[in-house]
Amino acid sequence: MEQLSEFADRFSSQAPACEYWTLRLVEDESDHLEVRQGVVEPSALDSSLGAMVTVVRGGGIGYGATSDLSAAGLRAAGERAADWALAHARLGLFDAGLYPRASTRADYRSTILESWKAMAVADKLALLQEANTALAIDERIVDWSAWLTRHRVSQLLVSSDGARVSQVFESVHPGLFAVANAGSQTQRRQGGGADWAQQGGLERIAAVRLLDDAPRVAEEAIALLDAPECPEDTRDLILLPSQMVLQIHESIGHPLELDRILGDERNYAGTSFVTPGMFGRYRYGSELLDITFDPTVPGELVSMVADDVGTPAQREYLIRRGILERPLGGPLSQARAGLPGTANTRASGWDRPPIDRMGNLNLEPGEESLAELIARVERGVLMDTNRSWSIDDSRNKFQFGCELGRLIEDGELRGLVRNPGYRGISAEFWRSLDGVGGPETLEIRGVTNCGKGEPNQAVSVGHASPPCLFRDVAVFGGGE
Amino acid sequence: MNRDAFFALADRLQSGLSGAEILFCHLGGEVSDFVRLNRNRIRQAGHVRAAALGLNLIDGARQAEGRCDLTGDARQDLVRARHLLARLRERLVHVPDDPYLHYSTEAGESHRQVGDAIPAAEDAVAALIAAAEGLDLVGIWASGEIDEGLASSLGHRHWHQSLSFNLDWSCYLEADKAVKAGLGGFHWDTATLDHKLDALREGLRIMARPARTLDPGRYRAYLAPAAVNELTDMLAWGGFDLKSHRTHQTPLLLMTRGERRFDPKVTIREEHARGLAAGFTAEGFVKPDGVTLIERGVFGQCLVDARDGKEYGETVNAASGSPESLGFDAGDLPMTEVLARLDTGLYIGNLWYCNWSDPNDCRVTGMTRFGTYWVEGGEIVSPVKVMRFDDSLYHLLGDRLEGLTRERELILSAQTYNGRSTDSALLPGLLVSGINLAL
Repeated sequence: MEQLSEFADRFSSQAPACEYWTLRLVEDESDHLEVRQGVVEPSALDSSLGAMVTVVRGGGIGYGATSDLSAAGLRAAGERAADWALAHARLGLFDAGLYPRASTRADYRSTILESWKAMAVADKLALLQEANTALAIDERIVDWSAWLTRHRVSQLLVSSDGARVSQVFESVHPGLFAVANAGSQTQRRQGGGADWAQQGGLERIAAVRLLDDAPRVAEEAIALLDAPECPEDTRDLILLPSQMVLQIHESIGHPLELDRILGDERNYAGTSFVTPGMFGRYRYGSELLDITFDPTVPGELVSMVADDVGTPAQREYLIRRGILERPLGGPLSQARAGLPGTANTRASGWDRPPIDRMGNLNLEPGEESLAELIARVERGVLMDTNRSWSIDDSRNKFQFGCELGRLIEDGELRGLVRNPGYRGISAEFWRSLDGVGGPETLEIRGVTNCGKGEPNQAVSVGHASPPCLFRDVAVFGGGE
Repeated sequence: MNRDAFFALADRLQSGLSGAEILFCHLGGEVSDFVRLNRNRIRQAGHVRAAALGLNLIDGARQAEGRCDLTGDARQDLVRARHLLARLRERLVHVPDDPYLHYSTEAGESHRQVGDAIPAAEDAVAALIAAAEGLDLVGIWASGEIDEGLASSLGHRHWHQSLSFNLDWSCYLEADKAVKAGLGGFHWDTATLDHKLDALREGLRIMARPARTLDPGRYRAYLAPAAVNELTDMLAWGGFDLKSHRTHQTPLLLMTRGERRFDPKVTIREEHARGLAAGFTAEGFVKPDGVTLIERGVFGQCLVDARDGKEYGETVNAASGSPESLGFDAGDLPMTEVLARLDTGLYIGNLWYCNWSDPNDCRVTGMTRFGTYWVEGGEIVSPVKVMRFDDSLYHLLGDRLEGLTRERELILSAQTYNGRSTDSALLPGLLVSGINLAL
């Protein structure tokens, strides 16, 4: 952070003449270790360091990004941003006077209980080798791998209004998978934290039971080979948190992004079935549906103190007791739409301008245990771990597939089914929510590859959810 | 960063190698302008100058890889690169021999320059906004220089530079009633822009008609090249990758087992020689001019990158297992006769958000999107509300494939996730006797 402060001082002393500017410096470091089929893959030590200059000038706004952090490089980026601000002033969609001016001063740092450096590289590789051994339980396991990825992002935002927001986000992301094959049937399972990313240090290895999870992953992959296909009909559906993450993400998160509602994303990520008039009155789901934007949950992927334009981050209800309250929109989108919003203007890195993104978008827990949810199902299926995702450009007609399903009959779990999938319509699906797991069933997860924006940006977002019960859903299995 | 500066940096790094060390240096950079448009106005406009240096340090049978950003200043870049090199040396101490280490020992040189003159982004965007007056235009303009270089201590010296633009855009009538176009390449031509805008305006006139809602079921259909691109993108996801084949994860598993095949009209190639991507891999291998992936409906060759080539004993023919310059052979159906041959059914302009529904059976789901119409008696009747399809490519490219268009469209990737893509695809349209709509 000290180095980033020096760059910030360098820029501030020669900032372009304009109404308002910000400088966002980002240093991104990662270390990836992986062992596949007992062979150590080439380790990858990546780093990235650059700056995004935003300039408001003459009623327009422009940006300039550069990895050249010399005085000349930063000056050139500022000049190019100013050029684009003038073009925006002539041909822009909105008056840049709407752009939020930040004077926030705050710091954030991920809580790390065990440093990445506390474990030698050799010991990490030995752990991954052990996980490989635990995955290779049968000749039908045809591919397997285990990995550890450490990621650290240091970010400093300063502005001409005196903002100074420094944040350091750190995560250690373990994971593993096994692929089983018999003839023309192949099944894959993942685990050991592969879809369970959080902020944190090496303590995440124990939290996600990397090693202990390996036999289960391999055994389930093999068991799925001989499991019957998921039936194709309409029945009750219980989604475990490993699938709820995607259900929330695609059919609540994206449709509530205010820039989509404003039309910015129509050429790529799409629009939304949600319109501005729905806020405050629209029944999005049943009375059991409570959705929060919550940057304060310890360890969740997008816990932070402020977003990338300096908006102080705080918890907000987006949907309360099923009624839509507010969108996911940063201050610029709020000003353009005349709606309330959230601190969610984020960028994927120094080379992209911030846009409306999900942060931590969570489904608040109810009161039931998983067993109680299952007990209330006469004929249904339970689905675990997202495998496939697809939804229309208005975020309405969706189809999801999972790695593993289990039939539910007369309130009890029965056998495995393979290739389970379900489809529905967002505007109707959440109204069929009839059960929400209690606080003890809540899992804090997220996704690490949410794509959106032009130019494209992939970011991590956090999702916490308990298991949920939905009534009368169209389910199906595999086959042509 | 220019070629001379990159090669000079590589020389200085390589002069510091010790013992039997071998170093491969890879550069990926761009100097780009990006302009987002919404409602035919600038939503967000800016400039990105980026350069990333990738190093692969090899000592005996051990290797470690790393990457850092470069500044463009020779002195600073040498400091950063040496710091990364030192970290890789430190890492090498802890890693075992890599049985799949694989790099080209044949030093080669190449230089390819694609495109030499594009308009200033401000001018092009201003011209676009003026020409599209009255339209609700949304999309992105991306333009500038893309660089890729490779230098090794074994003597490899490759450089690939392109200067191009890509306008990826659509025009909306209301809600999700929209038509889409692409305009990209190396030479800006306002006549082509005007022609495309005329076509979009005509499409919007059809979009103004009441939209038809279809029931789920099987419909006769024509898929325009942009829609076919979404299907071939799915095949690119494990369909041709050697590792996916050897580990039985490929969605073409049934084809490779001889249990299923595509129609004999289907021939798909990786056309390195035609494409816009660099002709070399990060390990110093030179890509062949072409690789036949599917030939007359049966599987041809896999794409083999360096690591997989060593693991499975195959010759390297690609930088990765996913095509960069895919070519789908044309058929004999003139595009002017598409509607007549379709007669009654769906004209699908674009597909969207495809994913595997069941990869074992090559079954894909996705949505119709821009420019999708209902056709009766060879005439476009009305737009169609978005529909979800769920069907196997063994049907769409197999027993239900009636014809391929004689003309093909070159589609330049507009993807910019890790910098501006140089991928492209040359594709015909498909006429199929049926596509299953599920929702």
